[in-house]
Amino acid sequence: MPRKVVITGLGATTPIGGDVPSMWANSLKGVSGARTIEADWVQEFELPVTFAAQITTPASEVLSRVEAKRMDPSTQFAVIASREAWRDSGIEEVDKDRLAVAFATGIGGVWTLLDAWDTLREKGPRRVLPMTVPMLMPNGPAAAVSLDLGARAGAHTPVSACASGTEALHVGLELIRSGKADVVMCGGAEAAIHPMPIAAFAAMQALSRRNDEPELASRPYDTGRNGFVMGEGAGALVIEAEEHALARGARIYAELAGTSVTADAYHITAPDPEGLGATRALKAALFDARAQPEDVVHVNAHATSTPVGDKPEYTALKAALGSHVQDVAVSATKSQTGHLLGASGAVEAVMTVLAIHERKAPVTINLDNQDPEIPLDVVTAPRDLPQGDIVALSNSFGFGGHNAVIVLRNV
Amino acid sequence: MASNEEILTGLAEIVNEETGLAPESVEMDKSFTDDLDIDSISMMTIVVNAEEKFGVRIPDEEVKNLKTVGDAVTFISGAQA
Repeated sequence: MPRKVVITGLGATTPIGGDVPSMWANSLKGVSGARTIEADWVQEFELPVTFAAQITTPASEVLSRVEAKRMDPSTQFAVIASREAWRDSGIEEVDKDRLAVAFATGIGGVWTLLDAWDTLREKGPRRVLPMTVPMLMPNGPAAAVSLDLGARAGAHTPVSACASGTEALHVGLELIRSGKADVVMCGGAEAAIHPMPIAAFAAMQALSRRNDEPELASRPYDTGRNGFVMGEGAGALVIEAEEHALARGARIYAELAGTSVTADAYHITAPDPEGLGATRALKAALFDARAQPEDVVHVNAHATSTPVGDKPEYTALKAALGSHVQDVAVSATKSQTGHLLGASGAVEAVMTVLAIHERKAPVTINLDNQDPEIPLDVVTAPRDLPQGDIVALSNSFGFGGHNAVIVLRNV
Repeated sequence: MASNEEILTGLAEIVNEETGLAPESVEMDKSFTDDLDIDSISMMTIVVNAEEKFGVRIPDEEVKNLKTVGDAVTFISGAQA
């Protein structure tokens, strides 16, 4: 048997709360984090999309000015979430040579990159900040978290677009199972609410343009869904070898029982319409967790609210879980948070861990007319999960055909 | 033209902005690396900000000679002359 791995610390900064308690409370209530963007550049560039789901607690309220200066916003979010997760874990002493980091991002330091480009064009090379390179590099969040914790067993940066955050947990699990680390700070961070990514995602018709009703725009599984809503933030999870957690008397939220990552090899952006890659990921993750389809009571779905994306996930869930799929409580929390891209998997993992631990499924908002082609049991009002042994899944899929699934089990 | 006193005050503001060090800790005889713990990346940021603030040019090859705050004040003062 591989080493058993458990989750002992949670952290987050999101569009529906600047820490885990506030995010979790809101996710059970059902709130929208989407708002009109209050920035001059929305008008300046006449962006076709004028809203997004921005974090509720500005990083400047949490980090010192000097600290924040040396970090891209994506790294700021990662550090904020990982510090909360670390405090939450209660770890006081740990062998830093056995402490690793797996912190993902989809895009990396896009604000830094584009600010530096603007500076170069407007003021010349002398004014490009010397910290530009370490701030824009995609491994910046992982490196900063490693530095912050003194984690020396490697700092990894899974980059698989919108599957990145979930893949970080896959990497973390493998590090502990293979004996390379005892504790891993896993997570994902994204800070891409900048006019260029908005223009680019809009150009591929991926974003909802419900500019007059931002809070209604993210509506997974609804017949009126017309694209995703850009989100930002970070999620962080301390995962730990069970024997390590037990030895220090840790509070254990759940077991990270299994993970899987597959690739569609079908199309660079379109999901395989049959959901074959996602199906393989689901089946492999369940196998990895030694779980049966019937054990699954809850799924935090990828469900981004795009017309083409939501259905193949249903097809895959049906293929992997069989007729049991109709008995599973499915939450599409992007309806509340928007799509945090490379951070989404990490934030949704935090929610799914809490769903297992508290036995409550978070709410899906804006589901007025459920797409008849997606007949899932969607959680639209607070719902208790059953007692006894339960398993929950969290799915993430990314441009490039990346599929990542984690399996969580109560302890 | 700024006096040495004014240059020191301005430099202290720049150092504070970049590192958070109290402006009064930025004294003429302090070494940037040994006393103020300023690394090479912060030093380059301070140099570029000082160039803008004082309207001077501090060549890259000159930066390694600016060991103390006093060295920087003297260089800036001379460059302004």
